[in-house]
Amino acid sequence: MTWTDLKSALAGRGYVASDDLAVALQLALSLGRPLLLEGAAGTGKTEIARCLAAVQDTRLIRLQCYEGLDAAQAIYEWNYQRQLLTIRAAAEDGETGKQVEARIFSRDFLLERPLLAAITQDTAPVLLIDEVDRADEEFEAYLLEILSDYQVSIPELGTIHATTKPTVILTSNGTRDLSDALRRRCLYTYVNYPDRATELAILKARCPGVEARLANQIIGFVQKLREEDLEKTPGVAEMLDFAAALMGLGIADLTEDPATLQSTLTTLLKTQSDQAQITPEVAGRIAGRAA
Amino acid sequence: MSRVTKFAARDPGPAARVAGFIAHLRDNGLRLGVAEAELAMAALSHVHSLDPDESRRALRAVCTGCKEEAERFDDLFNSYWMDMGRVRQKVVPSPSANMADNVHSSRDAKGQDAGSAGSATAPDGEGGEADAGGTGKLIATLQSTKARKDLRDLVRPEEIAEAEEIARRIGAALRDSRSRRRIAARRGDRLHFRKTIRASLASGGEPLRLLRKKRPDRSRRITALCDVSGSMTVYSRVFLAFLAGLMRADTSADAYLFHTRLVRITEALRDKDALRAIGRMSLMADGFGGGSKIGPSLMRFAETYARRFVDGRSVVLILSDGYDTEAPELCAAALAKLRKRGCKIIWLNPLKGWTDYAPVAAGMAAALPHLDAFKPANTLADLAALERELAAL
Repeated sequence: MTWTDLKSALAGRGYVASDDLAVALQLALSLGRPLLLEGAAGTGKTEIARCLAAVQDTRLIRLQCYEGLDAAQAIYEWNYQRQLLTIRAAAEDGETGKQVEARIFSRDFLLERPLLAAITQDTAPVLLIDEVDRADEEFEAYLLEILSDYQVSIPELGTIHATTKPTVILTSNGTRDLSDALRRRCLYTYVNYPDRATELAILKARCPGVEARLANQIIGFVQKLREEDLEKTPGVAEMLDFAAALMGLGIADLTEDPATLQSTLTTLLKTQSDQAQITPEVAGRIAGRAA
Repeated sequence: MSRVTKFAARDPGPAARVAGFIAHLRDNGLRLGVAEAELAMAALSHVHSLDPDESRRALRAVCTGCKEEAERFDDLFNSYWMDMGRVRQKVVPSPSANMADNVHSSRDAKGQDAGSAGSATAPDGEGGEADAGGTGKLIATLQSTKARKDLRDLVRPEEIAEAEEIARRIGAALRDSRSRRRIAARRGDRLHFRKTIRASLASGGEPLRLLRKKRPDRSRRITALCDVSGSMTVYSRVFLAFLAGLMRADTSADAYLFHTRLVRITEALRDKDALRAIGRMSLMADGFGGGSKIGPSLMRFAETYARRFVDGRSVVLILSDGYDTEAPELCAAALAKLRKRGCKIIWLNPLKGWTDYAPVAAGMAAALPHLDAFKPANTLADLAALERELAAL
């Protein structure tokens, strides 16, 4: 599959990828390397994994990272309750200690968490490691083993090798600098806010019902709004919410009704100071310029 | 007309050209190894490598690792592959030339290269920002007095060693703080009874897993912003040595210079060779000793880098005299914005050491309400004396 094929396949699923992203994704697939995506929130980093899984018709396994995430929640954990019940039951049946031990430390008693699950599937899944910068630095070390060798070492069982190599996509919002070792192992793409034409295509793909003139106005408005000095710049997801809100309210022209426009801005502006900054006059001016 | 670089007929072929490109990137500060060169070759075999745009995208995905690099990559790519059809004589630059490039200013490197057969069109040392000042000569020379000054003239190696010691002590004073409360931790020093007992319910009241707790480090990250405008020239020596020392003493510290622009110098100062670090820094400090725009520089910091690197556990050190050519309100607004991130802001002003000093400079007066501490500092000894006060913050 060439990157243009991949791009059109993604477009078929409603994801409009930039050329840079499509080439990087295709390389990640053909070279078998993880792909690290960085960029502001709401630029479609998570969505690309979902669409890629749909295109390849495989499972999406998602690991949401957070501070304090550890191996037990990310890789594997023993099923203590089941082990304990088995021991009690075995004691009544008169099984020997050795037999019980061999039984309770087998794959049946292992709870697979996303990373282990990702390498033991029959068909290669898409593994999304979301917001990897939120996890602790120690966690990166676990990731390195899995991303470079695709294997997991379990002391009681031995090393589990990958049956299939998952397609790995990591996303980061840049709350913390990632280690060089992790960056080295990944292909890298910075996902920017889309340009006008791309964003218009996204809107058309996601909301087919929107009229051409209103679509133009929405994109113009959001793009102009991004140039304003905001604390939280609206992303693509917010733009789609905005479009849905306008369509739900049956608005055909942004400049028509300033009061309704202002009320729909709740979909775009997510902090108090941003909402205070974009007064109805400012919104009207931006809408006027965008039209 | 094709913009693509022509290669000399005697050069060994595509693999060598790609290796040359990787070397070119490496010269420009991207950290790439042999594995990356191999990966780049593999990547090119998976795309239509005859199409420049496609190769550019593929190589960008392979060779860059962060946003800054991704932004600089286009220029680096152009200077190597899209050289207006000029013939490139030698694809792999000789190692001795590299060394020289790292330690000299880019201006020297250009002059030296202009007539020779080497990489005639390699961009100057630090790409992006340094480039902006270097190529925009017409405008830049009109505005700035001494466009480029070699900071190595100002800083001596002994001073860096001394400053490093002071910076280490100050860093330690600021950083080493612990929480009083204990939290669950895998390798804690005490048992976490409540959690252990709760967890034992799942195993029928038998505490199979012993959970632990510890007192977590609440370490502070130091971010230093140093003013290198004209009015600060006499103090720069101390402060630059201090910055260099700070960066070497504390791996999580972050440093910036500003005059009329803001430049991040963290990466440059991490260089193992202290003097070379200063050399790299002087490449970036284009416009050193010129005017000062404190407000806009701080605002830019608050809007860009601060979002990534400053949080509630940061201490922002501003080393400046507060003489701003821009409106003081901007400075106040920038500090207010920075303050919202929950950090401590310490302003070290060299002028405050004077006997009759009052913060009358408009910028300084506007900044005062937003500061956690406002201290004098104009020699290394003064900085050393701050240790105790900073620890109390």
